[in-house]
Amino acid sequence: MIQVRNLKKSFKDGEKTTEVLKGIDFTAKNGEFIAVMGRSGAGKSTFLYQMSLLDEPTSGEIFLNDIDTHNMSLDEKTSFRLSELGYVFQDYALLPDMNALENVAIPLLMQNLSKREAYAKAASALAKIGLAENLYDHLPSNLSGGEQQRVSIARAIAHEPKILFADEPTANLDNESSRVIMQIFDELHKGGQTIIMVTHEEEYSQHAERVILLDDGKIIKESSQKPV
Amino acid sequence: MFSLLNIRIGFFLAKRQIRRSSPWTTTLIISVMFFTFLNLVVVSGILVGLIQGAIDAVRTHYTSDVIISTLSNKTYIENSPEIISIVKSLPQIESMTARYLEGGTLEANYKTRISEKEKPNTAAASITGIDPVAEDKVTNLSKFIVEGEYLTASDYDQVLLGAYLTQKYLPIDSPGFATLRDVEPGAKIRIKVNGVEREVTIKGIIKAKVDEVSMRVFMVDSQLRSIIGRNDYNVDEISIKLKPDADPAIVRDILKQNGVDRVAKVQTYADAQPKFIKDMVDTFALLGNMLSSIGLVVASITIFIVIFINAITRRKFIGILKGIGINERAIEISYILQSFFYALWGSVIGIIVLYVFLQPWIAAHPIDFPFSDGILAAPIVGTMFRVGLLMLTTIIAGFIPARMVVRKNTLDSILGRN
Repeated sequence: MIQVRNLKKSFKDGEKTTEVLKGIDFTAKNGEFIAVMGRSGAGKSTFLYQMSLLDEPTSGEIFLNDIDTHNMSLDEKTSFRLSELGYVFQDYALLPDMNALENVAIPLLMQNLSKREAYAKAASALAKIGLAENLYDHLPSNLSGGEQQRVSIARAIAHEPKILFADEPTANLDNESSRVIMQIFDELHKGGQTIIMVTHEEEYSQHAERVILLDDGKIIKESSQKPV
Repeated sequence: MFSLLNIRIGFFLAKRQIRRSSPWTTTLIISVMFFTFLNLVVVSGILVGLIQGAIDAVRTHYTSDVIISTLSNKTYIENSPEIISIVKSLPQIESMTARYLEGGTLEANYKTRISEKEKPNTAAASITGIDPVAEDKVTNLSKFIVEGEYLTASDYDQVLLGAYLTQKYLPIDSPGFATLRDVEPGAKIRIKVNGVEREVTIKGIIKAKVDEVSMRVFMVDSQLRSIIGRNDYNVDEISIKLKPDADPAIVRDILKQNGVDRVAKVQTYADAQPKFIKDMVDTFALLGNMLSSIGLVVASITIFIVIFINAITRRKFIGILKGIGINERAIEISYILQSFFYALWGSVIGIIVLYVFLQPWIAAHPIDFPFSDGILAAPIVGTMFRVGLLMLTTIIAGFIPARMVVRKNTLDSILGRN
């Protein structure tokens, strides 16, 4: 469960201060699939980064699974991200020195799993998102965009996080690959995975059961829907 | 910081980064570390080896392992025949040579001197009477003949002239130090010792980087005895060469226990080194260390730059690693391990090159310094200390830039924001 209260985030550029998030209140229940939408500069990604503990809000409270994240040290946040959260980035964010399997296994190794366990779990995650087994030992540079995003999703779900954050996961993909990625998200959601996805594409927001619309750093509309 | 888990992850990351980095870059960095290692070890090794070469030369070509010489208040070693008997009875002895020494003057070109007003061409020298065979066994004196021939036991009124007594080999014009002009094997010179003058023929010119050899005149011992009238067989120096595994200090102590030190000075080659030589060794070692320190600083800066550039260009990926929950310490350790890898390989290659090629090669072909045949002094303990120092410096130099980059805001790193 995610609870956000009066979340504000501003950036300073010399004397100038830009307020990007202007007091957001938001709640997400376990197992929900929520799409965060809005035009460019509305603050969607900034909102996601605050919730996912990748950034420090200027003020406000964020509770993840009833844990107040405000007082967490940087190390505690890193540890929390490792055990509880998963990320899918717009540009896949894979590590170029590691092959697909290693990219997925690295967070599992950090969880102190043995190499054998970590690799087995990583392979299982890659199989779950449908990456061909012969691509496991490929470096990201040898994979297509769609394949890279699958690896990124596998890495995000391999350690069975409580919440999966996705920042425009289809932005760099063609239609076919985007459809495959959204199918994977649907499957994960069906399996009970909480997903918060930022997107600016109407078509993909329809996969979520709730859509929140951000504009000028505020939630201006919130609607529930039956996912397609 | 150095939890097993962090080390394990750090190793995992470092291994993959090194494995997939450009072979050229890796080779270049390892080359820098290799040359840094050589700089650390070889520069000071050559400097110390320069003096060590001189020390070794004095030992090999003059004092040998143990030297017995006259007490400062005596003109020769009393009871020399008895002492020689004691020396010969010791099982550690391989060979020995006894020398007679007497100060004298040499005069050349006296036949071409046309008037009394013309300054005679004279030089002061230490006249040394030797058994040519015994001397050669101990000091390899014959090896240093640069002109003419070595002495034989039957050579009558023939001498070997130290090269530094001739103007040809020591072309200096100092009023306090005279040399003989136009002398060569076959030329006649006069030797004047204790008021006795004798004309002798130069049989050979002898030159070594040991002044005790190059500034003396050598003649057959019986000849010198007859000139100085020493019929008691008391000698001035006894150089003793020991068997390879014998300890000079033990032999010195045995001789002292036998009372030799009551009539003579008994010293190992190390004891006989003048203090200034020992000071020079220390000075050159210090100088070498200073130069090595500069090398170490250069290596640190190199590694700092390499790791900094590496970390800064990989800042996004460092951010991603932190973002997906990889501990900062593990990431830092990965860079420390990379630095360690470069330093280790540089050192390993350096050690192989040093001990398999460089040191044996320089030992076989010493560097021709004016006053010594320089060797490369690189004792294992000193080398290992320097390797440790290089590792430590490199690790610190790798850690600092990694820490600088890793501590940056995670999201800023991922998004490439400053």
